[in-house]
Amino acid sequence: MKGKKTLNKTSKNNFITMGGLLLVYVIVLILKEGGITTNLINGQLVPICAYMIMAISLNLTVGILGELSLGHAGFMSVGAFGGVFVGTLMQEVSDSKVLCLLVAVIAGGLMAAVAGLLIGVPVLRLRGDYLAIVTLAFGQIIKSIVNILYVGLDSEGLHVSFIEKCEVLDDGKLIISGAMGATGIRKLSTFTFAFIVLVVCLIVIFNLIQSRTGRAIMALRDNRIAAESVGINVTKYKLLVFSISAAMAGMAGTVFAYNYSTVAPTKFDFNTSILVLVFVVLGGLGSIRGSLIAAALLTLLPELLREFSDYRMLVYAIVLILVMLGTNNPKIRDFFAKMFARKKTAKEENANG
Amino acid sequence: MDKGKIHEVISESIIPERDQNKRPVLECSHLGITFGGLVAVDDFNLTVGATEIAGLIGPNGAGKTTAFNLLTKVYQPTRGTILLDGQDTRGMSTMQVNKAGIARTFQNIRLFDKLTVEENVKIGLHNQIKCSTVSSILRLPNYWKTEKEAHEKALELLSIFDMQDMADYKAGSLPYGAQRRLEIVRALATNPKLLLLDEPAAGMNPSETAELMENIRKIRDTFQIAILLIEHDMNLVMGICEGIAVLNFGRIIAKGSPEEIQANPTVIEAYLGKKKED
Amino acid sequence: MEFLSNVINGISLGSIYAIIALGYTMVYGIAKMLNFAHGDVIMVGAYVCFFMTSRYDMPVVVGILLSMFVCTVLGIVIERLAYKPLRQATSLAVLITAIGMSYFLQNAAQLLWTSNPKVFKSVVGDGGIQIAEGLYVSHVTLVTIAVCVIIMIGLTIFTGKTKMGKAMRACSEDKGAAQLMGINVNTTISITFAIGSALAAIAGVLLCSAYPNLVPTTGSMPGIKAFTAAVFGGIGSIPGALIGGVLLGIIEIFAKAYISTEISDAIVFAVLIVVLLVKPTGLLGKKISEKV
Repeated sequence: MKGKKTLNKTSKNNFITMGGLLLVYVIVLILKEGGITTNLINGQLVPICAYMIMAISLNLTVGILGELSLGHAGFMSVGAFGGVFVGTLMQEVSDSKVLCLLVAVIAGGLMAAVAGLLIGVPVLRLRGDYLAIVTLAFGQIIKSIVNILYVGLDSEGLHVSFIEKCEVLDDGKLIISGAMGATGIRKLSTFTFAFIVLVVCLIVIFNLIQSRTGRAIMALRDNRIAAESVGINVTKYKLLVFSISAAMAGMAGTVFAYNYSTVAPTKFDFNTSILVLVFVVLGGLGSIRGSLIAAALLTLLPELLREFSDYRMLVYAIVLILVMLGTNNPKIRDFFAKMFARKKTAKEENANG
Repeated sequence: MDKGKIHEVISESIIPERDQNKRPVLECSHLGITFGGLVAVDDFNLTVGATEIAGLIGPNGAGKTTAFNLLTKVYQPTRGTILLDGQDTRGMSTMQVNKAGIARTFQNIRLFDKLTVEENVKIGLHNQIKCSTVSSILRLPNYWKTEKEAHEKALELLSIFDMQDMADYKAGSLPYGAQRRLEIVRALATNPKLLLLDEPAAGMNPSETAELMENIRKIRDTFQIAILLIEHDMNLVMGICEGIAVLNFGRIIAKGSPEEIQANPTVIEAYLGKKKED
Repeated sequence: MEFLSNVINGISLGSIYAIIALGYTMVYGIAKMLNFAHGDVIMVGAYVCFFMTSRYDMPVVVGILLSMFVCTVLGIVIERLAYKPLRQATSLAVLITAIGMSYFLQNAAQLLWTSNPKVFKSVVGDGGIQIAEGLYVSHVTLVTIAVCVIIMIGLTIFTGKTKMGKAMRACSEDKGAAQLMGINVNTTISITFAIGSALAAIAGVLLCSAYPNLVPTTGSMPGIKAFTAAVFGGIGSIPGALIGGVLLGIIEIFAKAYISTEISDAIVFAVLIVVLLVKPTGLLGKKISEKV
């Protein structure tokens, strides 16, 4: 009986998260259709969804598996440029916008998953800060490579070159042009599409966590040696998490790229990786709901603070430091713990009476 | 190696009479490990019968836990062989050794602290009740079936120590004694042939220890497995172990029944030091 | 000759990385944290020196000393305000705080000094020496290498021979035991930050003497690379920082000279990954084994 209650509790929490998200979606949609939201906010809707996907997928690596990653934006980059590339090819074949976008998102996710597997291999040999630095290095490598990558398409087929711009006939165009990134993208992403991708990722993560696989992953996080001693395959589950997390980041990248007409590789640099990590840590490690809220608020906040444009990043930095100091202060934490405990006992008393 | 062959039990073995076919589940020979010149365990020979409760004792720093780490491949032995039910575990990893049939608890408790008691046991059931990642994500019928099965099995295992009511608590929030018991349950969940207990009674009071002794016997009788335990509580060791090996400075200095060990002068010397000649 | 010239330039760039890496590695060794704001302390040091020498026409020596002083104080203040309250917190919390501090310094610099690039006047003048035909070495290059050697020798003597240096090593081995031996752990950590930040000021001055473009983000990329260098050599190890820094500098210059400027960064990081795969704790890093 008791066990059933736990399942319900976690499931209930997941339902609340999902329900809340749907509610926000509907409200935003109504506001948008009613013309109440400003263009500024409308333009941020797809990026917010993309960053939410980034945050929950990174939380899977950092919060659930317990491995620090400083190169998550690298996967987003792979997904963005890979997705745009495949999407552009798709446009030659099909006229359906949704189909193009769907194929692009899936392709972006798959390419990023392969990159995730590649980075997953060193993960197996390295621990802690050394692992973090490898993910950082990986993100830099991706950025540098995209920076010199030229991909063109014309009647003669595909042209790929590095460093030097490739020759493209007049009837074709450059899909990816070095430091300029992907240009001439058709803005296919819509808020609804981005939201659906987000919900799919969310369901995958929720279902994954509450399963045999999820328990094995969390066991690795809590105590690797004990996990091995009960027969859990470290290699398998670490690689699994890295590839799933990367795939989602890749999908987020494609969705993100299709929201703009031009996307430069610098959009997915070290600072972006750090930004997403900040979402995860501020939202609470392992808390998917926290990641969603933090991603949404912290993406909107700098936009809303535009009036104070000069000071906004300074304020952002100060808030970040104060929140970290506050949440890690034993006195403040005890205070919240007590509050929470009191609420809980009150609830239990109610249940008993 | 011929699997069907019944292994000849070496004369110094400590298999009890009770073990009808005298089939050993664990045979270590000349096991040893060196850490950068320091010989931590050397020439470790031990045989444990298929349903035996055996004890490994010795002063602090004798290498008892290291021996466990060798058996479970947390450390790869520098030399020697380990046969588990006749199968050589050479080259196996900790995970593979567990799949082959050795489960253990840890001296410094290693639970999955942030997960619930039930989840801890379910993780122990990882290789017993299987469900693929894809069916989990898609919530296919197999997922619901295996989850139910795992839930029931976990509660059943917890009932050994009467812990079903604690299923929802976070493992890290349990009292010390309960954490030790949960570790045993988790190890049992992996369906081992040999259970290694590293100081199971540490930090327990006499009545808890007495209860633990009963439960260790019960586990052996119900699951028909072998148990090898490290313990400093001599009441427990002498009370339930059918055979005892004494380790000192990384070497086994004596083997035998509890009575033989208690009377062995080498053992007394190892524990109390040499008598002064006066 | 071109080869030799590249080697010298590589060693010079590597020397700057090594000096910055020292700050990372010493702080990591003692406080077990990645001080992400370290790269931005370099930038502050460069700005202070720039204003003292270019705006107020002070002698170079005064400029450098003042910049070291400002950075030392800054380092201690950062540690006391932001990191000390988090001694017991998870390493991730400290990391995020350090990132916040890095953002803070960059944006404060932007507000104070704007993002317009400043042209830093080399502290050792523009000249150079023609060693042989086709081998021209600038003064900055030579001075950088010399300064790095002096700092390395000084630090080795400091940590090996002085009481404070021994206290530092004791704290990095085991803070609790060090405290029981009567070592003031807080003071020791503060001094480590002070030394690291003073070195950062020197690195900032040398960096901007060699690459005179000074903006609020000047410190971040060299910071990341120097951190990489520290990991490369084995984080926590002072000789490791030197070897890692110099190797990284040489690889970078060679990649730029013989392959392509654009992907020199990618090559540097790829080499790092390969090194870590072969030696998971860096070239001189200690093997950490988990006690079971």
